[in-house]
Amino acid sequence: MLDRPALVEPLDDDGTPATFTGNRGLDQEEPLIFEIGRLDATGVDIDAPAPVSNRLGALERAAPIGLPGLTEPETMRHYVRLSRKNYSIDAGLYPLGSCTMKHNPRSNEKIARYEGFADLHPLQPQSTAQGALELMQTLADWLMTLTNMQAAALSPKAGAHGELCGMMAIKSAIAAKGESATRNVVLIPQSAHGTNPATAALLGFSVRVVPAASDGTVRVQAVREALGPDVAAIMLTNPNTCGLFEREIVDIADAVHEAGGYFYCDGANFNAIAGVARPGDFGIDAMHINLHKTFSTPHGGGGPGAGPVVLSERLAPFAPVPFIRRKGDALELVEDAEGSQSFGRLTAFHGQMGMFVRALAYMLAHGGDGLAQASKDAVLAANYVRASLRDVMTQPFGDRICMHEVLFDDAWLRGAGVTTLDFAKAMIDEGYHPMTIYFPLVAHGAMLIEPTESESKASLDLFIATLRDLAQSAKAGDMMRFTQAPRLAPRRRVDETLAARKPVLRWEKKEAVA
Amino acid sequence: MRYHPLSEADRRAMLATIGVPSIDALYADAPPATLLKTPLDLPKGRSELDVERFFSRLAERNLPASRAPFFVGAGAYKHHIPASVDHLIQRSEFLTSYTPYQPEISQGTLQYLFEFQTQVALLTGMEVANASMYDGSTATAEAVLMAHRLTRRRKVLLSGGLHPHYAEVVRTVSRLAEDEVETMAPDIRAAEDIIARIDDTLSCVVVQTPDIFGNLRDLTKIAEACHWNGALLVAVFTEAVSLGLVKSPGEMGADIVVGEGQSIGNGLNFGGPYVGLFATRHEFLRQTPGRLAGESVDADGRRSYVLTLSTREQHIRRDKATSNICTNSGLCALAFNIHLTLLGEEGLTRLARVNHANAVLLAELLAEVPRVEVLNETFFNEFTLRVEGDAAELIEKMAARGVLAGVPVSRLLPHADLDDLLIVASTEVNTNEDRDAFVAALKESL
Repeated sequence: MLDRPALVEPLDDDGTPATFTGNRGLDQEEPLIFEIGRLDATGVDIDAPAPVSNRLGALERAAPIGLPGLTEPETMRHYVRLSRKNYSIDAGLYPLGSCTMKHNPRSNEKIARYEGFADLHPLQPQSTAQGALELMQTLADWLMTLTNMQAAALSPKAGAHGELCGMMAIKSAIAAKGESATRNVVLIPQSAHGTNPATAALLGFSVRVVPAASDGTVRVQAVREALGPDVAAIMLTNPNTCGLFEREIVDIADAVHEAGGYFYCDGANFNAIAGVARPGDFGIDAMHINLHKTFSTPHGGGGPGAGPVVLSERLAPFAPVPFIRRKGDALELVEDAEGSQSFGRLTAFHGQMGMFVRALAYMLAHGGDGLAQASKDAVLAANYVRASLRDVMTQPFGDRICMHEVLFDDAWLRGAGVTTLDFAKAMIDEGYHPMTIYFPLVAHGAMLIEPTESESKASLDLFIATLRDLAQSAKAGDMMRFTQAPRLAPRRRVDETLAARKPVLRWEKKEAVA
Repeated sequence: MRYHPLSEADRRAMLATIGVPSIDALYADAPPATLLKTPLDLPKGRSELDVERFFSRLAERNLPASRAPFFVGAGAYKHHIPASVDHLIQRSEFLTSYTPYQPEISQGTLQYLFEFQTQVALLTGMEVANASMYDGSTATAEAVLMAHRLTRRRKVLLSGGLHPHYAEVVRTVSRLAEDEVETMAPDIRAAEDIIARIDDTLSCVVVQTPDIFGNLRDLTKIAEACHWNGALLVAVFTEAVSLGLVKSPGEMGADIVVGEGQSIGNGLNFGGPYVGLFATRHEFLRQTPGRLAGESVDADGRRSYVLTLSTREQHIRRDKATSNICTNSGLCALAFNIHLTLLGEEGLTRLARVNHANAVLLAELLAEVPRVEVLNETFFNEFTLRVEGDAAELIEKMAARGVLAGVPVSRLLPHADLDDLLIVASTEVNTNEDRDAFVAALKESL
């Protein structure tokens, strides 16, 4: 007879009856592969190798690796069970501000798997990959048209990699002007994504923080005060991370250019304005575009993303290799930086082709008009949430129109004994993924909600009603609903302090008890 | 539009709640001159059928690996991936979830990342691994930056056997970060005397095995020389399957092991997305870039997983972060994790043996071809050929005969005067017929 599975702790003190397995209906516990797999089990049948004399020299592995295997049915069950412990956009509204969790069309998944794209090697002869190069060029053309910029560098692997690309182009342009020694400061507003200062620092720039005005935006006056002959660039997000359009952006661009600096725009929030306004018309010099945000390539639990960068005329010569050039009837991938002003290479190959396919499929499905509608619906949805919650929650910069996301703070929770974190965790019990919390840093106890254009009105109405109910509960002092939350998720609150104090980052074989 | 649930009536009702007359009024903060007055010159939206037709036509203009005898490697490899891998990674809960910042409803992602980290640590022979980087080349650049932080030195030495594109990525990042990079001359036969170049000014030495030309390298003595001089050894691999048969870099004394994980679970995809593997020693944890999933307990004491040590990361530390990386390669790491679970030790070892045997069979056949020379003493599933004439022209001629024969070294090193070298890879997908086709096409094209 089997004992109660040892890996599963009994659950009872929350009133839920303990079960023998630790499972509860569809909520099934699942051990690690290292606990259920066997060194001699495999889910792949492979024909025996041909007998040959080994050419490994003296470097053949002698010691076992210790990798467990599972047969195919066991593998399916393991991962299907794990998957059911995850929230997903397909299962519910996912209002993570700044992350843009919109619908991921499945046709794009199908197309990305066409053999003619998925089974192409990056270094096979270019004559055998002309369709792939055409696809990349078409994507670049769409990005340039949507942004009114003069060049597109496709190779950056994600948003932060795109930032690196854009700032490298700026650093190279400064070097070409002989100003490397003097221009070493980058201006960054307090509300910026953490990747902005991290990118600037990686390239040896020092960061000068630009304060936001009381309305949450950056004023050209504040930029002017921070500008000087030592400033290489400004990194500004528009719409910004408070969900607000930077009203003085054109004047800011002019001021930065007058001072001899460059304007890097963080394009994480391009989804609010794609098809409605073109960043090139703001006067920017470089901007990355998160294909996994604006153009719906799936986030995949944290990647892969893709972060192509569009560049202005004056930065275009410094773009990284590889890039595509037309040569007669054919397209050619230029992979050699030597003899050009290109700053070099960012990644081994040509970028996230799998994501290019999906993003371009999304663009073609929408068309120019559909993309504008997507932006507008996203802005409409965020404002609808704002207007529907403004009487119960507070906004750090007053009640004003927002772009694709709406920022609340925790002023309305003051005295209630409920924190932003508690409120977020209570949303989990209601079947919602929480919004982005404690970001941006300029709002106290920030709650940043981005509903996206993918939600129906009925879905938004239920979400709003839920938040109103929670807000009333918090104000009424129904503490249990918050401080104990989540109670109904696969896990209750996880001890993050323990995880960081005694890091256990891999499974270790337990010593046998004597 | 099929992806937009709001109807015109919905929009009107929502605008009424907001109290503005039109959606355009919500853009009132934008400088009026920046708002488009006329729609952009872009095509109208298309049906799903029509979009798929467009892409089918583009796809038909490419020659995929499965449609030709295929021997192209040099950093990306054609392997067979079990159907269950692609099925599982397309589960909505994996495909359409975000970074697991809310652990209570992200245990699926967090647990597979924990499993992935363990698999990578075991495979590389290291103590800890992170939750993935973009790809092998960016992981290499991050390893170099980490070595700078750990040693407080800013000079790095790159082996002449390192993938030239990886070397370029390191040089690009390092030059702009104002660090110093020395790259050794292309080292076709793994003959370079790297130990003679190691001194106490170096932060790290970067060596690849199997190297770009396919040679296997014993890192043991290089590691000793590095450690004697207070430098770190960064070991690189581009073919993860090799670790099923070849001694791990950890066993040979590497301090940081980075590599490309594409071979396990991930398709060629014309260069991306791939998955960078990053493993190191426990003592270097706090300088490690990227996300880490760790074990903990929840409020009921149940074992749980959570992203941890995030005080290294950009969203907390901003300009003091260990890296600017945010999004990584989560879903590709899952594909790696699933495929390696399906293989297990048994399957991986066998797969590696088949790869090696197929490469040996091909090398033996090619050794018989006049005007062609196999240069390698040792190799795993890839080796370098010296051919008479220009290898780039040769592969075009072979492609015209339907064989994708490899990567000419001149494509990777256009200024090295190595135009007669061809890098050839052979994996489990190659059959006797493929090898015969290779030899026949080669003879006809030489």
